[in-house]
Amino acid sequence: MIRLEKRPQPSRALSLSTPIMAVLATFIFGGLLFAALGKDPIEALQTIFWQPLFGDYAFYYRPQLLIKGAPLVLIAIGLSLGFKAGIWNIGAEGQYIMGALFGAGVGLAFYPLEAWYIFPLMVLAGALGGWLWAMIPALLKVRFGTNEILVSLMLVYVAEQFLASMSLGLLKNPEGYGFPGSRNLQQYASAHNAELFAGSGMHWGVVAALIAVIFAYVLLARHRLGFAIRVTGEAPRAARFSGVNPARLVLFCLGTSGLLAGLAGMFEVAGPSGQVTIDFNVGYGFTAIIVAFLGRLHPIGILLAGALMALTYIGGDIAQSNLGLPAAAIQVFQGMLLFFLLALDVFTHYRLRFGAAEAA
Amino acid sequence: MTDSLLDLTGLTKAYPGVVANDDVSLRIAPGEVHALLGENGAGKSTLVKMIYGLVKPDAGQMLMRGESFAPTDPHAARQAGVGMVFQHFSLFDALSVAENIALGMENPPRMRELSQQIRDVSDTYGLPLAPDRTVGDLSAGERQRVEIIRCLLQEPKLLIMDEPTSVLTPQEVEILFKTLRKLSAEGTAILYISHKLEEIRSLCDSATILRLGKVVGHCTPRETSARDMAEMMVGSALKTPTRDSKEPGEVTLRLNNLSARSAHAFGMPLRDISVEVRRGEVLGIGGVAGNGQDELLNALSGETLVGAGMITFDGRDIGLLGPTARRALGVLTAPEERLGHAAVPDMSLTENAMLTGATREGLERGGMLDWGKARSFAEKIIKTFDVRTPGPANAARSLSGGNLQKFVIGREVLQRPELLVVNQPTWGVDASAAAAIRQALLDLASGGTAVIVISQDLDELMEISDNFAALNEGRLSPSRPAQGLTVEEIGLMMGGAHGMEVAHV
Repeated sequence: MIRLEKRPQPSRALSLSTPIMAVLATFIFGGLLFAALGKDPIEALQTIFWQPLFGDYAFYYRPQLLIKGAPLVLIAIGLSLGFKAGIWNIGAEGQYIMGALFGAGVGLAFYPLEAWYIFPLMVLAGALGGWLWAMIPALLKVRFGTNEILVSLMLVYVAEQFLASMSLGLLKNPEGYGFPGSRNLQQYASAHNAELFAGSGMHWGVVAALIAVIFAYVLLARHRLGFAIRVTGEAPRAARFSGVNPARLVLFCLGTSGLLAGLAGMFEVAGPSGQVTIDFNVGYGFTAIIVAFLGRLHPIGILLAGALMALTYIGGDIAQSNLGLPAAAIQVFQGMLLFFLLALDVFTHYRLRFGAAEAA
Repeated sequence: MTDSLLDLTGLTKAYPGVVANDDVSLRIAPGEVHALLGENGAGKSTLVKMIYGLVKPDAGQMLMRGESFAPTDPHAARQAGVGMVFQHFSLFDALSVAENIALGMENPPRMRELSQQIRDVSDTYGLPLAPDRTVGDLSAGERQRVEIIRCLLQEPKLLIMDEPTSVLTPQEVEILFKTLRKLSAEGTAILYISHKLEEIRSLCDSATILRLGKVVGHCTPRETSARDMAEMMVGSALKTPTRDSKEPGEVTLRLNNLSARSAHAFGMPLRDISVEVRRGEVLGIGGVAGNGQDELLNALSGETLVGAGMITFDGRDIGLLGPTARRALGVLTAPEERLGHAAVPDMSLTENAMLTGATREGLERGGMLDWGKARSFAEKIIKTFDVRTPGPANAARSLSGGNLQKFVIGREVLQRPELLVVNQPTWGVDASAAAAIRQALLDLASGGTAVIVISQDLDELMEISDNFAALNEGRLSPSRPAQGLTVEEIGLMMGGAHGMEVAHV
């Protein structure tokens, strides 16, 4: 019989090394997967992990890493606060869409006026949009005890309908020859979330993501609110006893994660994407859930996980076009990463025991 | 060998880091009521778990009526005629008595036959119980009867009872003892685990005393004083807590028709509780578990908010203030459940010191936490209350129950409370640590703090309380001076036998 036995103290060494072990295990089993598909596993892994960073076309791919990584990190940081407290916002995708719609809407309302205050107003509107969308599950949970997982998830689909309606109606480009989609904000200087240094991929969203990482780190390590979040996640009764107001914590965690997701959507629509279109959202809000757990809900971990995830996205794209790997194989590969991380995570809190079972 | 029912020789069981039972031998004759005495952690539970087939001994042998007896699981033990009533009941609240009993049987008879059997057994042994009642509505004493009847239906030769009286009023204890004596007279042996010495003196024929996993003595309880047995258990002379007698101060806490619903579906609501507590007074609140103790503590700590005017502290209405605001005023509490309520199991002692100490110890400024100060505070608690741990960086979960209890009580005591409410302050704590905790509570009272001790240990309450009141079904009896109260009076304050009379014994 093999049993899991709870460790009296979580192993610190394992807690630091499991992400690396998970990545290695993914290499091995991902390699086997690629080999089974008739591809050279070494070449496939090299394409995914080496090409984007140091390959011949790295000058093109490196900025893409920041562009893909920033929204993931920004959203995942917000989600991690709630996840740590056992408050599950699964609807970041919807909050991301609403942030983009609010931000783009404010920007387009000023078109074609050129003024310095337009972009800051769009940032505020984007944050507000995401925050409001997250407040719906938050208030329903606090007031009626509804399940925030279901409500926030359902609101993703509502937000997608809003997005479609906006791209076909209110925000449609009047000069767009009838094609769905808004004006391109990249061509509207006051509303454009341009790169801070040309060709670097560094836009305001990347700055916001880095600020969010530092903010979350300080909050969790040194602030009463961060302590309340951690205590609530570990022992809700002890949290109440220590004076945490659970309702306020739900509002804060869902609100903050919605706000950050809204910001991510706004920076995306005003920058790399440029346009409100029907298929504007590409799943950052869902992938960010994986990023949050991959980074073990720790701000620095999330930063690294976001970078790694962006790398597998870009590398996966290259592998698809260069090696002809199916998209599903890339998704399985990404799924493996999460699986191994969570599976190995068990061993930081439990140790494996071989021997006869014994009822206690 | 023929005259003994159960013979244990040289039983040894080791767990990583601790030898729970070391060469334990024991003999029980048919119809004998045998007490197993010892402090928490002495190895009583491990020993009975081996007899009941829950734990396999590393060495030693067990004989049942002269034949080798090595149960691999509780089912085998029951087949051999061993029944056990656990301290914590394993019953489903939403099912009826008969359904609960049927669930534990291999081949349950039809519900109607089973109900009849239950009635027969309950009549014969004076354990009144209606088979069709829902368990969630039963008192703790009645739930225990369900467990006992469940065992008796199997006609055991040996009945093991683990701390059966901790959930009973004195009157209910009397009923239980009559049942046990009747069983014993019919030839059923009883292995009775307890640390309540007076009970053992009145019930048991013989006693085995365990300390640190070893048998340290046998005695005949009727001929041995409680104090001698206690000192055998502890291994040293006991210190009785002392206090300076003095005049009580002004009224500081006033509960005025305090009513509150319970947070749990089967919890006990508080009903019209009115009482006054003075500075320097120790108010002991007794009562059988589940009669509103948790709810009362939550209402006083601020975890449950109650109506305006129900709780006044130094003339201020605090019923609508949360825990942090109450702490700022000096109202501190220590809940019964250590892991998960009073402390966060997976967090360090430093973080657990921060849990309630942030406000009064100045561990935070403008929302930012000062971990250095928190560590010093944790170290101070560890040092002052002799908490055995390598240091404040260790997780609360890694401490033994008694040590964590010292930490939890110490954390509140060192914050100079104006009013301290503790629930089960010495539950699961060894005798010397319990004495230290009681002494700390008395010292606080001498310094002018009002102390409320909620406990199910009547000896403890009589030892330290100035006044005594009892919780019964969410109501609090009037508070009376503890001095001179008789056990009968206390029992009646606790609700007597909950409307149950001894039947056909």
